[in-house]
Amino acid sequence: MTARVLPVMPPLPKVLRRDAPLPRLRLSLWHGVALAGFVVLTAMAADAATEPAPRAGVLAVLVRWSPLLLRGFGFNILISFMAMAIGTVLGAFLGLGLVSLRRPARALAWVLTEFFRNAPWLVLLFFMIYMLPFRIQIGPLSIALPDWVKAVIGLGLPVMANVAEVMRGAVQSIHPGQWEAAESLGFSRNQQLWQIILPQCIKRMIPPWMNLYAILVMGTTLASIVGVNDVVTLAGQVQAAEGGRTDLLVPLYGYVLLLFFIYCYPIARLTQRLERRYAVRI
Amino acid sequence: MHGIAAWFRHLHETTGINLTIAYDPFDRARFLHGLLVTLELSVITIVGSVLVGLIGAWLQGARLVWTRRIVQVYIQLFRNTPPLVQMFFFYFGLSSVLPTMKNSFGIQEPLVSGFGWACISLIFFAGAFNVEIFRSGIEAIPSSTIEAAEALGYTRLQTYLNVVLPLATRVCLPALTNNLVNLIKTTTLAYAIAVPELLYVSNQIWSDSVNVPEMMVVLLVIYTALVGLLVAAMKAWERALRRPGLGT
Repeated sequence: MTARVLPVMPPLPKVLRRDAPLPRLRLSLWHGVALAGFVVLTAMAADAATEPAPRAGVLAVLVRWSPLLLRGFGFNILISFMAMAIGTVLGAFLGLGLVSLRRPARALAWVLTEFFRNAPWLVLLFFMIYMLPFRIQIGPLSIALPDWVKAVIGLGLPVMANVAEVMRGAVQSIHPGQWEAAESLGFSRNQQLWQIILPQCIKRMIPPWMNLYAILVMGTTLASIVGVNDVVTLAGQVQAAEGGRTDLLVPLYGYVLLLFFIYCYPIARLTQRLERRYAVRI
Repeated sequence: MHGIAAWFRHLHETTGINLTIAYDPFDRARFLHGLLVTLELSVITIVGSVLVGLIGAWLQGARLVWTRRIVQVYIQLFRNTPPLVQMFFFYFGLSSVLPTMKNSFGIQEPLVSGFGWACISLIFFAGAFNVEIFRSGIEAIPSSTIEAAEALGYTRLQTYLNVVLPLATRVCLPALTNNLVNLIKTTTLAYAIAVPELLYVSNQIWSDSVNVPEMMVVLLVIYTALVGLLVAAMKAWERALRRPGLGT
């Protein structure tokens, strides 16, 4: 690459060059089998370790509480969907800011992106839980903001920053010749971006975007710390409801781990497939 | 010092911005302690996870299939499950299995403290990512370089320590920086198992003094500064290690 600066794409600030691919997910079915086996084994071990008292077996407890735990997990999924939607929409705007030609817009977008990428998710979550009002009054309309909605917003913000990064990375990965060719064909800057560059970017953005989603799904467990009744909170409550039996802890949390694995595994596989497919063509 | 405290008290009286950590000795003491715990947690887990990464990456190049498989299972299990649940699993699950011991007051206490479990779970969590990062760095080294070392009579360990590692470090520093930044941010999870780190003490302070917005801003500024420090240090290291002609 020569050091020549293209008139259409100014060099980004040095700090932004931190090419920061998100941690990748690579799962295989075998891991799920191992995890399931682990849950059953620990359940049986816990059963064997306790003398036959008049209480339910660990597996029976897991089965009995499954509907509740699954509902809690469904709540996690709901939170992740909504946070991903908010984060993607806002992140797309922020990403456009990052590749903007106007310096102030780029600087503002850069500050926002770096701030929300570098602040811990949990602190952002706390920030939203405490700083947002529990009720918003817009004229005659009053909208209640329960904790889980605040959690969605709190999780959506770091997602936004990461989506913006993904978008910037995709735009940067397009060969500069594409910009030059579009320029020479007389496309305006906006046309270049919307008709030439972004359509090529979408394909490249999908795998990291899905990877981000899998990370977000795991991040939703943080909501349990700020008082949302998600699957982790429920696991704790199930243990308490069973009389605080300590032998339940390992199987219960193992069960939660398994639930997340079952959900993330197909996503990870699909991401891998898409990555492989898109890696070939430029 | 006294003047600063007086100024912050004045600030509170005139504007309502209540930064108790600046003028209240009790709040300041526990806040500084929380900062110290976060720093300790960060340093211990960074060092530990890098060690886990180095050892894991070395084991992944082992000839035995089962060694590689075990490392692979470890990586996948820790990368693909929520770190919070991992921490709960360790802190509640495993610590209930481990024996307890009597402390100097004759009270039963668990073998590993909350701080200990936080360190262990964070080291394993970040270590799993580090193994992958180092492995990608090692794979980037041309096999002819390793063969050359072999031809010079290096053993496998010597090749790893003297040839592979110095070269791989340069390749994988950007990714490592990224993961360590993530690790510092993840130390806040220790809040969930009542380790008195920065977020935990801040929570105590804002519960007592009802100054949530101020403490939130302080928290965000401090974490941003911590991450900034780490990134600056890693960048400096990257520059110091740079060899003309290697990589880009």
